Formats: sequence, structure tokens, C-alpha cells
Amino acid sequence: MLDNDTAKWPKLKTAGYDGFLVSFGDQLSEGANRAALAFRNAVDRANWPAVQETSTSLVSTYLRFDPLALDHNAMRKALAELAADRDWFSAELPQGRRFWRVPTVYAADFAPQLDEAAKAAGLTTPEAIASISTARVRVQTIGFAPGMPYLGELPDTWNIPRQKTLNAQTPAGGLCVAIRQLVLFPVATPTGWRHIGQTAFRLFRPESDQPFVLRPGDEVMFEQTTPETYTRMQDDPDGGAVSEIIR
Amino acid sequence: MNRHLKVLRAGPSITVQDQGRPGYLAFGLSRGGAADILALLEGAALLCQDARLAALEMAGMGGEFEASEDMRIALTGAPMRASIEGAGLQWNASHLLPKGARLSIGAAISGCYGYLTLGGGIDGPERLGAQSAHLAAGIGRSLHEGDILPLGADAHSEVGQKIDALPRFEGGTVRIVPSLQTEFFAPSEIARFEATQFKRDTRGNRMGVRIVPEGDGFHTEAGLSVLSEVIVPGDVQVTGDGTPFVLLSECQTTGGYPRIGSVLPMDLPRVAQARAGATLRFEFATLEEAVALERREAARRKALRGDVRPLIRSPHAIANLLSYQLISGATAGYDLEGNDND
Repeated sequence: MLDNDTAKWPKLKTAGYDGFLVSFGDQLSEGANRAALAFRNAVDRANWPAVQETSTSLVSTYLRFDPLALDHNAMRKALAELAADRDWFSAELPQGRRFWRVPTVYAADFAPQLDEAAKAAGLTTPEAIASISTARVRVQTIGFAPGMPYLGELPDTWNIPRQKTLNAQTPAGGLCVAIRQLVLFPVATPTGWRHIGQTAFRLFRPESDQPFVLRPGDEVMFEQTTPETYTRMQDDPDGGAVSEIIR
Repeated sequence: MNRHLKVLRAGPSITVQDQGRPGYLAFGLSRGGAADILALLEGAALLCQDARLAALEMAGMGGEFEASEDMRIALTGAPMRASIEGAGLQWNASHLLPKGARLSIGAAISGCYGYLTLGGGIDGPERLGAQSAHLAAGIGRSLHEGDILPLGADAHSEVGQKIDALPRFEGGTVRIVPSLQTEFFAPSEIARFEATQFKRDTRGNRMGVRIVPEGDGFHTEAGLSVLSEVIVPGDVQVTGDGTPFVLLSECQTTGGYPRIGSVLPMDLPRVAQARAGATLRFEFATLEEAVALERREAARRKALRGDVRPLIRSPHAIANLLSYQLISGATAGYDLEGNDND
């Protein structure tokens, strides 16, 4: 099913009764991710009255529209024309992106599956910490739970599968790994990803004017810190994280 | 204090719900909102008010409430036993809740989610543009005893109205359209899916419900390698063991399991209201058919106010029947002569 020939992309599909998905690949790639972000931006700028909401996933742009206001054929035609408008794979990343450095504990009690994940990746635990904590990864999409980033790509050695059985509950702020990606959980959740580190970074702040902290395109480094520092940073919603605009 | 409703006792999951908060899908936050949107529309039609006003959604069990002043209420969604100071109330109807009187709402008789709409609507704090609690996201919470719900001004006064609710509380057949990964399932699996009877599992909440097939689960080889992709309410996601989940208003926003189809928005209340053990079946519709069905339903919903009629109370429901003057205007012959009965 996997198919890397960009000439065959994007593909348009209906998503449920009132959605379309414009996909730029069926596996994650840098180009497909950029294309999805840029295409969503273009759909937003087109300001079609029937369109009610847009979002991106790893390699696709999704839009929800009102089929009673504009029929599926007309919506498909408008999307196909926009898709043919340019080479989306070579699009620039969004403006105003930020680089975040997020203090992360990789010590035993805070990283219950680090040893196991390192082994799956063919690394010793210190090598695994060095690899993860120095990797500058990009937010490829926000999804699943509010403000939750999927970050990548990690070196190929991290192409490890998700677990077959789920962890009962990984805590909020937990850093988890699988398939060359990291995820960071905004709320405690069951997951098949392995829990390899812990942050005090609050990704979703419903009481705030800026409830969502990370945006697609932002870059993040999960720098190693000590359990003591982590404990001290519990009351700081940023958990000691600092950011700067990427120029 | 201004107009309010006081919670004297709360069932385990009563939340403030409106039509949800669209626009945050890109940030991983699903729309949320009432599990049975139609019940909000029916409540608003009964009270002749805006359907965007927030109401109480009661999962499985109601509670006890007290009014700060005379106020109008409407009861819709899953029928529950309800009374004011012991006098039974008809469901799918509007009533007057007098100041200080105790409104008691018990367990659902059928269905899952009952709704209490208040004249003027609940006027609580908005977060991200809506009052809806989104429990999965940690926005808002279930109500407890002692909570005070501020209410908006009520421009109307009419009560004692009823509406015939669309039957949707006992499971049944829902229409689905093909979606992102439908083609990953062999035509024979699709046909078997349509022919299969499902039982709504005990595992279910505002995020989604698990539906257990009679017979084997559903499988697709290709589906195992799909990337995580957008999820919307109504999607029927087939998990690793072949058991489908139907996603509801508070669902996650992405998922890696293949979707066999997506339930029409108009049929989603039927899924949300099916209680554990209820039977559900799925029938594929083309997009053209779906649009025609949704168009007809949108027109019906728009005209709901026209379906509201005066409530004629059943004599059996009137506890103090004998205290009513049943034959208005009847007199003993002699008082026509001007003899007062004193």
C-alpha cells in the first residue's frame, strides 16, 4: 500500500458525511507534512463560505463543510483546483515558528519504559538518553488530545513499534516514543507508546487566553534535567520550558 | 442572587451542554457538546427559545433541583421519572417549576441521556466560546450537590406544551456513509458488516461506544499500516480485535485504526442514546442519499416549534384529582336563584 511517488499525490477523499481529506502521502515524510500545513493555510485563505473548520494530520489537510450549502462535487472541484495550483511539497514551513527547550527527567521512576525502549532501539540506556535529549524534533501535527504534539523525526534506530497492550495510564507531561516519533501527553491517558521521560510542561490551559502552547512547525528539544529540578518546576505551567522565535 | 437553579442532589454525571465548540480540531480538541443534539433542539422548541442556549445533560440518572423563582423547564432526550414535589411530570414537555419547589428527576426509563432545559438557558462561564463541559479534555466538570447554575433572562411564559420526540432510545438501524478507509475492507466484509446485528457494550461514554458484533469481528490487512488520521464524531473505528467503536461528540481527534464508515450526523443521537445491550444495525447510504436525508431532517428540525402542542394531562397523572373542579360552570339549580351555598 505504501507509495512514495509524489506525482500521485495529493489524493482527495471524502471523510464522513461533511468532510474532505487531502492527503499528500500514505507514510510520514518531511515534504508531505509541509504540504499538508501549507495546503491547510491555503484553504483558510480561500475563505470558502461553506467551509466550517480545517485541520492537519501528519500528511493530510482535513476540512469540514456544509454539504447543504455546497454539494460534494463542487467542493471536490474547488479543492482539486487549489491542489493543482502549485507544488505543495516544496512549501515553506509556517511563519512565527518557535524553538522550545523543555526540561525532561529521564531517571528511573519518571521513565518506567526507558530501558525497554532503549533495548528495542538497540541502544544502551545512556545512549538512548543522549539520543533523545539532543534530538531537535518538529511538531508535525497536534491531535488526539487537546494540544498534544506528534514530534519527529527521530533517527532511524527509533523505528520501534508501539506496544501491543496499552499502558493503563501514562501521566500528563509524559514523553513517549514509537515509530521514530515522540508524543507528549497533555492529560493522563492509556497508551501503546513507551513512557521514556517526564516533563512538567502543560500543553493545554483551558483557563488561559492562549490555551494551546505548541503549534505545528514548532521545534522542540527535550533537554535532560534532574528529578529535583523537575519537582521544583511543578508549579510553573511551562515546567521550566523556554522558547524563542525561529528566524 | 440572580435567577438560578440550585442542585440539591446530582446523579453521577450531570454536565452543562450546548452545541459544543467547533474550531479547535487543529489543536486536538473535538467539538464536544450534547451527546444528543436533537434533545437540545426539542427542549428549545418547547420553550420557544434559542437552541444555542446551554442546558443540563443527565447521563443515566437525574438529580434534585430547586428554583430561585418561578421558572420554565423542558424535559427531553432519554425519558426519566420526573416530579415536582411528588406530582409526576410528563417527559418531552414543558412545565412551570415554582419558586422553592423541588424538581426530582430519577433514572432513565429508556435511552441514556436526558436533558433539562431552563427558560432563558444556563448563563455560566464560557470557555473557548462555549459552556459545554468536555470531560475528556478537562474542561468543566460534572455537577455536585450545592452547585448554583445562573440562568439568563426568560422572554417567554408559556408552559404546559409537549412535543412528539423522534424515537431513538432503543437502538435500531443507523445510516452510514463510506469514509477514509472503507475501501480497505473487502466487499464481503462490508456486506457482512451491514448484515450484522451489534449489541451496544457496557463500555461507552461521551467519547464513543463499543459495539459488539454477533459473530466474528471485522478485519482488514491493509488497515494495519495506516497512519493516524483525523477522526470525527460518527466515525466507526475498527480496533485491533475487530470490534468497532462509534465515536461521539467528545472523541479524540486522530486515530490509527481503520474506519469502516461514518454515521450520518442525524442518526448519531440514536447511537448515543442506545444503552448497554441495545441492538444496533448499520445501513450504507451514498453521499447523495445522505445529503437528501440530512436536508429533509434539517428542514424538520427547523420547523420543530410547529410540532409543539398543548399538553393534555392524563387524569391518572394528577395526584390530587379530587381537589380539582372538574366540571367548570356546573351548578346546583337553586343557586341560579341567587342562593349562595353558605
